[in-house]
Amino acid sequence: MILGIDVGGTHTDAVLVENYQVRKKAKVLTDNSNIMASLLAASQNISLQENLKNIKRIVLSTTISTNAIVQNKIDRVGMVLLSGPGLSPATLKSSTDSFYVSGYINHRGIEIKPVIEQEIKDTGEYFRNENIQKIGIVGKFSTRNPQQELSVAKILRNNNRQFSLGHRLSGHLNFPRRIATAYLNAAIDRIYNDFVREVGLFLREIGANIPVYILKADGGTILIDQSISYPVQTIHSGPAASIMGVLATTAIKEDAVALDIGGTTTDISVFADGAPLLEASGVTINGNKTLIRGLYTKSIGVGGDSIICIKNGEILVGPLRDGPAAAFGGTYPTLTDAIIVLGMAALGNPQKAIAAIQPLAAQLKTDIISLSQSILDKAIAVITSNVRKVLSAINNQPVYTIHELLEGKTIRPQSVYVVGGPAAAMAPSVARSLGYPYHIPEHSEVTNALGAALARTTAEVTVLADTEKEVLTISEEGIFRKIPHTFSSAQAIEAGKEALKQRVLRMGASIDDLEMEVTEVQEFNMIREFYTTGKNIRAKIQIKPGLISACNIG
Amino acid sequence: MKNKTRKTGLIFFPAFDWAISETHPEREERLLYTQDQVLEEGLLDLDNIREFKPGIATYEDINRAHICVPDAQSITTQSHLISAGGAITAAQKVLTKEVDNAFALVRPPGHHAMLVAHGARGFCNINIEAVMIEYIRKNFGIKKIAVVDTDCHHGDGTQDIYWNDPDVLCISMHQDGHTLYPDTGFINDFGGPNALGATINIPLPPKTSDEGFLHVLDHVILPILDDFRPEIIINSAGQDNHYSDPITDMCFSAHGYALLNEKLAPHIAVLEGGYSIEKALPYVNVGIILAMAGLDYSAVREPDYDPDKIRQSMDITRFIESESQEIILMWNDRYNMKAKIVGSAGYVRRSKSIYYDTDGIREKQMETVRVCNDCGGLVMIESAADTGKKIFAVILPGTCCPECRRNGEMFFERLSGGQYNHIYFQDREKDVFIVK
Ligand SMILES: [Zn+2]
Ligand SMILES: [Zn+2]
Repeated sequence: MILGIDVGGTHTDAVLVENYQVRKKAKVLTDNSNIMASLLAASQNISLQENLKNIKRIVLSTTISTNAIVQNKIDRVGMVLLSGPGLSPATLKSSTDSFYVSGYINHRGIEIKPVIEQEIKDTGEYFRNENIQKIGIVGKFSTRNPQQELSVAKILRNNNRQFSLGHRLSGHLNFPRRIATAYLNAAIDRIYNDFVREVGLFLREIGANIPVYILKADGGTILIDQSISYPVQTIHSGPAASIMGVLATTAIKEDAVALDIGGTTTDISVFADGAPLLEASGVTINGNKTLIRGLYTKSIGVGGDSIICIKNGEILVGPLRDGPAAAFGGTYPTLTDAIIVLGMAALGNPQKAIAAIQPLAAQLKTDIISLSQSILDKAIAVITSNVRKVLSAINNQPVYTIHELLEGKTIRPQSVYVVGGPAAAMAPSVARSLGYPYHIPEHSEVTNALGAALARTTAEVTVLADTEKEVLTISEEGIFRKIPHTFSSAQAIEAGKEALKQRVLRMGASIDDLEMEVTEVQEFNMIREFYTTGKNIRAKIQIKPGLISACNIG
Repeated sequence: MKNKTRKTGLIFFPAFDWAISETHPEREERLLYTQDQVLEEGLLDLDNIREFKPGIATYEDINRAHICVPDAQSITTQSHLISAGGAITAAQKVLTKEVDNAFALVRPPGHHAMLVAHGARGFCNINIEAVMIEYIRKNFGIKKIAVVDTDCHHGDGTQDIYWNDPDVLCISMHQDGHTLYPDTGFINDFGGPNALGATINIPLPPKTSDEGFLHVLDHVILPILDDFRPEIIINSAGQDNHYSDPITDMCFSAHGYALLNEKLAPHIAVLEGGYSIEKALPYVNVGIILAMAGLDYSAVREPDYDPDKIRQSMDITRFIESESQEIILMWNDRYNMKAKIVGSAGYVRRSKSIYYDTDGIREKQMETVRVCNDCGGLVMIESAADTGKKIFAVILPGTCCPECRRNGEMFFERLSGGQYNHIYFQDREKDVFIVK
């Protein structure tokens, strides 16, 4: 058995899963000041104690990191940035606690300018005076050579300081995103570790000695002990859990679209051959563009609680929301009210829904049924036009080889999966408009907890082998070592696979869930003055998001 | 910041799976470090920079700009169609106002490809700027266009295609042809009989540095552009004037390139040459992108940049100042030149020998232009290459007067196979292309 728990901002959901089947499910209100109490309450409702001895693993998804960032409950972070030439630091976001210091690594990973020890010590002095203990260290091209980030950390090291080093958070290039990622990682370190402690107390309370995992933004799991140095990976755990939940309750093997129609927003996600797509560069949170690997979602401001208004004779659905639907005691007419008026959902108080829609109908000189239909049509039109936009953007992503441009994969959805409150009312029309059939997955009220329960451990490594310099770099694992001049692409991939294996096993992957995928491999002859001087080999290898294999189902 | 930011489109197509040959400078690796730098700087995340996927040019697009022998299909590969398509995409995005300007960072390059193309020369098969220009003229009704070629090599292909076109101003600044391929591009090469002044060449001595390039920009290029009043400006943005380029001998810097681009303010920039792929291209390209987007490029510096080490000599400065004055005098006198050069001739002929260094082909051409005061003039070309191919082409200009049209149609009608493998009729005004 597996216990899946989704600690949301409003509700905490729990499911007990056995052999891919939901055995028990529960929903309780989240007490944000006492997470342990919420965990206990949800567990009691699924008779956890009776099943405890059968439980093989516990997986949590949580909005704790996301909320800390969105609500600005974060710590002060000192940033040491090694920028070198390029975009002017003035163009980058930074605070009074950010310091651009000497030192520069170029695109080949060659040190161009050294770190100056005294300058770093002076910066450390400022951090000490200001009592700043969370420190981010980020160098341009540090993923090509981590030495300067490491030496800055060494100079600043003392017992109270926590460091977030840019190169360990992602192997992808993008200095401004690397800065944002390291910053957020450091900023939520304390609040996340408080959460981890609460989970520890919960385990002690229930007397369990079971491995506990956390769901990451990319829909993969990581052992909670392993997550404490990299808390930023757990942002967007909620949307990721929802997408994994769709995967867990359906048997998607094809290209597909999933819609999660919530109260405030509808989240669009996309599957390619049954695998959820990842964000191309990384997750954006609260306006911060990061390098965090995350499942692709596009949020649009249409949901069940979206307020309906009339502007210049035109019906607008959302993006504003202010409390629940009128049928549930809210002040304004909403999409949910229109659905209730149409008799498509037996929810709340229909009289209140009618009363809320009535004035709008009078304004447009029409009846409430016609108006409600128009509201629903409008919401569907907004959603489907956004789905088309999303697909077109994905299918028009730039590519860099002739082969990919001419023969690259195009996403052609075969079905649309719809979850959330208004799913039943809206799915048929959405499907008709998109031109492919719909499915409404089961257990949609506990999708997130279920998705978390069944998600496997995921990770990615970025390999760079430069045989002219005779150096192999695998940034995420901190590997930076000598290789022979004859090193080949096959050897680079092998080294990458080994590093990835070590990485995911440490993160808690089962030996049966190590299905690796080489997502990118490029080999360039390095030519200097008409002679080949070496090879520049680049590879990315991942274990992509998916469900744990059958052998791990308790 | 001095500038207002602009919305800039980027068409990045490094063709990582294409090279001319195994150890050729025009190779897979060429834009690798540029891509690294562009990604690492996070330029694609900036609100005012948008990346677009290149389109694919059609043979029809190519036939508007070239006479390909035997046909467009035979002398191009997919890579050429994509790099020309990338340039076209840049033009589309600018002219439909999706962006204010655009940079097609594509390869392979094109500015050495001439009107008649038997194969590849100077790493170029087809002229991607010319294919784009003809696309713009056909689809957007734009007449007056200026091309400013800042590649270190003379833009002889673009010059050749527009030699007789008074509406396309081709300005090329380059390392003196006495010292560098393709050995042409002197100040007296000033355009065909009906298009004098529409070709401007500015040869520069080896070791010219930022100072010299910017002097020419301020004192020759910008004043001529002010007079010509083009509807759009295109920069053939070759980067081989850089002080670290291995196949040229100039001293231009990344900062200089960015400043030049800022002052020139092209609507469209198209990458041409540049083979210092590690030490120059990453910085030059980031500098150009930032300049186009109106962002601060002051921190873009090559790691080994030292202005004192590359500064041009006083002799060079003096030479460039006097040459600039001479070109401006010629420009001001352009309308008076025709009578002197043409006299009372009805047709003007020139013969050319062209060597295709990349493909090892030799071609002999005889070009005949009808002297006309109403349009660019009917052009007829007889071309024979040592591949055994001999062709004849009749070309009507983008704006064609009735007399030139009547003559051109009559010649094409009368010509028959015989000694020629093919006879071509290219009507740039009506967008007609016929081969017989
Ligand atoms: Zn060149
Ligand atoms: Zn004429």
